[in-house]
Amino acid sequence: MSNPTDRSVDEGPRRQTLGQRRRDRIDALAQAGAVDDEPGVSLLRAAWMRLRRNPVFLIGAGITIAFVVLAIIAPWIAPWDVTARPLLDEVRPQTNPVPGPQPGHPLGGDDRGRDLLSRLIVGSRQTLIVGVFATLFGLIGGLVLGTLAGAIGGGVDSLVMRVVDVMLSIPSLLLAFTIASLARNPSQWTLIVSIAIIQVPIFARLLRGSMLAQRSSDHVLAARSLGVRPRAIVFRHMLPNSVGPVIVQATLSLAVAIIDAAALSFLGLGNPDQRQPEWGQMLSLAQRYIAEAPHLAFYPAGCIIVVALGFTLMGESLREALDPKSRR
Amino acid sequence: MSRRRTVATWTTAVLTAATLASCADSQRDEDGGSGGGDDGTFVFGAAGAPEMFDPFYATDGETFRVTRQMFEGLLGIEPGSAEVVPELATKWEPNDDGTEWTFTLRDDVTFHDGEPFNAEAVCYNFERMFDQNEAGQVAGEYWGYVMGAFANDPDNSLYQGCEATDEFEAVVTISGPTSGFPTMLTLESLSMQSPKALEEGDANGIAAEGEGFSFPAYADAPVGTGPFTFGEYDEANGTINLERNDDYWGDAAKTSELVFRVIPDEATRRQELEAGSINGYDLPNPVDWAGLEEDGNTVEVRDPFNILYLGLNPEANPQLKDLKVRQALYHALNREQLVQSQLPEGAAVATQFMPDTVSGYNAGIEPYAYDPDEAKRLLAEAGAEGMTLDFAYPTEVSRPYMPDPEKIYDSLRTDLEAVGIKVKVSTASWNGGYLDNVTAGKYDAYILGWTGDYDSPYNFIGTFFGNLKENDFGTEVMPWGKQLADDLKTADAVVDDGERGAAFEKINQQIMEEYLPGLPISHSPPALVVGPGVDGVTPSPLTAEEFDTVTVGGE
Amino acid sequence: MLRFVVRRLLQMCGVVLVLSMLLFAWLRSLPGGPVSAILGERQTPERRAALEAALGLDQPLWVQYQKFMQRVLQGEFGVSTKVLPGEDALDVFLTRLPATIELAVLALLLAVVIGIPLGYFAAKRAGSAVDTMTVIFSLIGVAVPVFFTAFLLKYSFAVEWNLLPVSGRQSTGLDATRVTGLFVLDGILTREWDAAWDAMKHLILPALALATIPFAVIFRITRASVLDVLDEDYVRTAEAKGLSTRIIRARHVLRNAMLPVLTTIGLQAGGLLAGAVLTETVFSYRGVGEALYTSFREKDYAVLQVLILAAAVIYVLINLLVDIAYAVIDPRIRTR
Repeated sequence: MSNPTDRSVDEGPRRQTLGQRRRDRIDALAQAGAVDDEPGVSLLRAAWMRLRRNPVFLIGAGITIAFVVLAIIAPWIAPWDVTARPLLDEVRPQTNPVPGPQPGHPLGGDDRGRDLLSRLIVGSRQTLIVGVFATLFGLIGGLVLGTLAGAIGGGVDSLVMRVVDVMLSIPSLLLAFTIASLARNPSQWTLIVSIAIIQVPIFARLLRGSMLAQRSSDHVLAARSLGVRPRAIVFRHMLPNSVGPVIVQATLSLAVAIIDAAALSFLGLGNPDQRQPEWGQMLSLAQRYIAEAPHLAFYPAGCIIVVALGFTLMGESLREALDPKSRR
Repeated sequence: MSRRRTVATWTTAVLTAATLASCADSQRDEDGGSGGGDDGTFVFGAAGAPEMFDPFYATDGETFRVTRQMFEGLLGIEPGSAEVVPELATKWEPNDDGTEWTFTLRDDVTFHDGEPFNAEAVCYNFERMFDQNEAGQVAGEYWGYVMGAFANDPDNSLYQGCEATDEFEAVVTISGPTSGFPTMLTLESLSMQSPKALEEGDANGIAAEGEGFSFPAYADAPVGTGPFTFGEYDEANGTINLERNDDYWGDAAKTSELVFRVIPDEATRRQELEAGSINGYDLPNPVDWAGLEEDGNTVEVRDPFNILYLGLNPEANPQLKDLKVRQALYHALNREQLVQSQLPEGAAVATQFMPDTVSGYNAGIEPYAYDPDEAKRLLAEAGAEGMTLDFAYPTEVSRPYMPDPEKIYDSLRTDLEAVGIKVKVSTASWNGGYLDNVTAGKYDAYILGWTGDYDSPYNFIGTFFGNLKENDFGTEVMPWGKQLADDLKTADAVVDDGERGAAFEKINQQIMEEYLPGLPISHSPPALVVGPGVDGVTPSPLTAEEFDTVTVGGE
Repeated sequence: MLRFVVRRLLQMCGVVLVLSMLLFAWLRSLPGGPVSAILGERQTPERRAALEAALGLDQPLWVQYQKFMQRVLQGEFGVSTKVLPGEDALDVFLTRLPATIELAVLALLLAVVIGIPLGYFAAKRAGSAVDTMTVIFSLIGVAVPVFFTAFLLKYSFAVEWNLLPVSGRQSTGLDATRVTGLFVLDGILTREWDAAWDAMKHLILPALALATIPFAVIFRITRASVLDVLDEDYVRTAEAKGLSTRIIRARHVLRNAMLPVLTTIGLQAGGLLAGAVLTETVFSYRGVGEALYTSFREKDYAVLQVLILAAAVIYVLINLLVDIAYAVIDPRIRTR
């Protein structure tokens, strides 16, 4: 558990500026990699011992694994092709806008006669793609910036961190709206990129913090005194130790990415092509039929909520397990 | 903190609040509630904010809906049809060659500000519309569209002059006969406005600023002759209030107040209607029609006055120059299924580029049948099997003729792919490049449509093919392109109504059978809905409803 | 101190100027735009060119920017084309701002009223099943997209049960007097109680939906902070002295735990704006968020530009105020 009163004594005047809370959370996580053990192994093992008996983690991990497995095998278990329109001839905008459940279509169809169950199943894959790529791009961007700042230090460090802190202090969803709305042509990739951009500063600060914390740790000092080149220290010793915190943050980021993607879709900034299903897009389109066919909205909404909750529960319990303070 | 200081702070706060409160007196009318509501208020849910209130500079339906209640033109439209009827003019007569039109005016009309309506006022209005500054020439879009030019370029203008020959008789001179005149005087933009108010409000003082126009004072205080007068526009709350004109020359409006409330979201408009806080709204989603009726509302379906088509551009894709290819594409489309599964009842498969309510519609044209085998055969004959088509649709838009473009596109694309055509999917948002790309000829094929302005065949097919150099169908590169454009102009200049209709019918037949420059898909009926207890709304195919006949009963 | 403030203000002007240039150039490089929005189906290359010429959009970018800056110096920020057509973009922002302030304040209030007691309660029973449940509950709050919460609230309370208004800020036909633009306050000031109550009713659902964002944060901070304080020596001492639990809670635990909570609340404002875009859109609530949504959807670049710049200015100003406040409170910074 973080202890704000403690730190304010350590660090002298503590300035509460915008984005402070987000920065504190990231910094606390970054500390987790700064242990004097050999790279990560025993740390992760210790964490695992604690997690094994944590119900919150188990629920979260269960949901996450189920979701990922579903996303991977989706095309093979979906009963229908998601672009086929087997129920189209039943669709009448006034009398029967959304065909109901029937043999062969347990959840019925959507507004253009496509099998709803199949679209939900395959939608998991598209949703995972958005989440994973947004997080991955964010991580890569953060890795470059954070490593630059942490490894070079000095002027580069302060410049990069200044930009990062400004970005962190702007509400992330608002930043994503702005970026997505300024895109030339909305597509799945503009959606992914605008969410990735808001993840960059988080990972940058995390990695830099993790490296700074390790700079004075025993194994880095030892390596340096043995004459290992700085670049090798960064890549062989520092980065591997940052893996734990990065995994935690990535898990949390995935949840945020999925929710933000749904929000952007709702505002019409998502993928305009509605052939390949994605939950956020399905949810935003279904709102038009909320009075006649609320289930069309509730299924994808339920999926988003459960999956986002799964990632969040897993991430939060991982964070607690890795937090040095909770290990006292 | 010392107690004394606390007390001081509080005293200051209380004093400040009191001062604020004392200078913030209620400005309500003393006669209670909303301005003398004897016969109730009709509240209509609008989809967007009006641009301003001078119809001459207006371009969108949301503005026209409001101004239509306050203004009238020389000619009117029979409620419920597209037929031209007398309004401020009781009769009109052309001279022999159709260039001089004598309008006899009503003698019992005054503007809302008490100014008399007479021939001088009519000519003042025409001259005002004609004589625009640079910004006004662009903003006065409808005048430019129907008249061709403004005072700085009189040679290209249809309008040549107006003369008050008597107190209630005005003569308008035009450069040559056309099917559009005088029908165009039914356009909301060409309504009659008070000369005095125009003058005082500097009505022509429009300026272009950056991305938009800044409008003169008049545009916020419009004065017409109609059954309602302007009340106020509450921008913070998004409501526009109109009040009954008690001195109206015709039957006075049946409700004492008319309110337009801006609710951008369609689903929210429906919910507001169900909650009873509005009495009606435009363009309900067809999905909701049945549910709305069940709940005691009335869905008024208008006759379709629009066309959705799949445009083709042979300039972008030379394979489309072959008539067989174009016919093959047409046979490939299952338009019946599209209309049934996506468009509301009353929608129809199109056989030509105009709905059957327009004069010049040719009832004898055989529709192209849905026949994928024929399509494949024609493609093979033309040597275009497996051709690639760059086919585009717009996003972020909903039009009366295409409620959901992506969905329509998905159907058309599936049909085309079924006969072996490779579709390259292109898209852009409506305001974000789609229209630019269409007019610039960047797509091989695209979906687009048109809603008629008034009952004139030229307003449909003339708009599509009349301008040889600049049209979306690339007819310039086709051998018959010039012929078609010339035929259209010739037919448009025929003075006799019957002869003109026959000429357009012939052109329609040629277009569909010999040229096929694009593929007409469907006509879709837009609806409007009113709540329980509301009577007297007559749906208009031109979406030109007048609300003065509306009554709002108790619930 | 003064020099510090002046320097920061100058810095801010620089940032905003650069941002305005980038934004200006970028928006005008996008395809389509206001000209397409105005012309619609009637667009032909000829008409488009004419309209562009009339609006000065055919001139080189730097000339356009120069003209834009000239107008800005005269207090004109460009004319809105869709959000409030014909109005100056800055006026649009100023008309919309009170609505969002009202919404954000109520949302924050709701989040505090629910979040703090709940956080305190959870902390007192830390580790128990009740605690786990509340924590999971707060996480569910995070996992449900705000617009969906808003949609559910609207659908159940306004549509199905007809308890509260569906959308907007005030019913029509109230003839309310406008003073500050904050409708509830206006009603109170002018003693038009029905108007105030009506505006309040319109606020409840959107504010409730929006409150879920700060609620989760406030709940977690309160819980963590109370846990920390419970662990402090002075609480233990108080307990050892045999003070009654009530006094300990009121004097020691709550008062000390509230400090970090209060600062957090103050810093939630920014996050609310992002949520406001979603909730205001769902409820057709005429605030800044809805204007932002409409402006980018309808390519109302003048308004979009002003909204983004205004957000930047407000953000920098808040940051500056926070800095000044800290300098005043903490003498160690002042001397630097």
